[in-house]
Amino acid sequence: MGEMEQLRKEADNLKDQITAARKAMQDTTLQEAAASINVVGRVQLKTRKTLRGHLAKIYAMHWSTDSKLCVSASQDGKLIVWDSITTNKVNAIPLKSSWVMTCAYAPSGNLVACGGLDNMCSIYNLKGKDGNVKVMRELAAHTGYLSCCRFLSDSEIITSSGDCTCVLWDIETGTQKTIFAGHQGDCMSLAVSPDFKFFISGACDFTAKLWDIREGTCRQTFGGHENLSRINYILDLCKLYDLRADQELITYQDSSIMCGVTSLAPSLSGRLLLAGYDDFNVNIWDTLKAERVGVLAGHDNRVSCIGVSSDGMACCTGSWDSFLKIWN
Amino acid sequence: MSSSSNIVAMKKIVQQLRLEAGVNRVKVSQAAADLQQFCLQHAQHDPLLTGMSSSNNPFRPQKVCSFL
Repeated sequence: MGEMEQLRKEADNLKDQITAARKAMQDTTLQEAAASINVVGRVQLKTRKTLRGHLAKIYAMHWSTDSKLCVSASQDGKLIVWDSITTNKVNAIPLKSSWVMTCAYAPSGNLVACGGLDNMCSIYNLKGKDGNVKVMRELAAHTGYLSCCRFLSDSEIITSSGDCTCVLWDIETGTQKTIFAGHQGDCMSLAVSPDFKFFISGACDFTAKLWDIREGTCRQTFGGHENLSRINYILDLCKLYDLRADQELITYQDSSIMCGVTSLAPSLSGRLLLAGYDDFNVNIWDTLKAERVGVLAGHDNRVSCIGVSSDGMACCTGSWDSFLKIWN
Repeated sequence: MSSSSNIVAMKKIVQQLRLEAGVNRVKVSQAAADLQQFCLQHAQHDPLLTGMSSSNNPFRPQKVCSFL
């Protein structure tokens, strides 16, 4: 047997081992375990504010940690920082490249970032001395589009890219501190753990990976070890994976929903899962019971992004209809 | 792509799989119980779940003016 063949066989054996180890943990299902609790009552949220100002599709939004300000990115070539309570535009930042796909607010509130088809992550200082918002850094090294970015602090940011990698950057020097390689397809999104030690990336190779930020290593992979043929039948579903059981716990699906999920956000307690869909709506799921408990209808086009504020008081949706809506 | 770089790439994949195979796993019953406990513990402090009165809602709807 050639070396390559041997390695392939070893890989297949390890994949089978992982599948078996996961199966060995299945002494019940989340469905069964949650059988004794009741579904939450119908959740009816109302649009409290509509943020108008963008002139084209909105692709991304992110709340500031103060639960009041938020930033949105649109292919009209602008980043807008909004006061969600007064609906005033605090900043309207013109971008060099209008092909923006993501934006992020630093936890400190001092910086915002964005990027897209320019393959770069541009960092803007909102608190510059003269009051003007300027580009502070352009983080360039990705060889593919920037799909998502999230700040760890004012000095570090993590990006995900169509070049199949995620990168931890030193904003001060504009250099790559760590490259997280391993995905076999475009990285589309990332989420950082509350303690800033880990992040999860989702990619077009049908997997989600858990990364240790300081070690630079991938700890776990979800979704990829299954038989590829099963994946052909899965059409943009919403699934809950548990990190400690290392497997999928439940799927959020309903025979009446025929379109894809674009964005996700849990409520503060985690009991509600708000998901934006291609059919212009947001469906609210009871996370534990996997039942739909509410719908947010109001946008006239695809809901492209969603976020729940840090204090859990409101949910913000961004849409291809060029508007953002605040709901609670 | 040369065959030797294919082998290097494959060795990395095998090494990664070995790492992931060695992960400590918790039973689904434990994971499910912990999830439930977390949700129920924090339920009272989840405004989207419990709802809120107009006076507690920073995004509260404008009060309607009435002509007296």
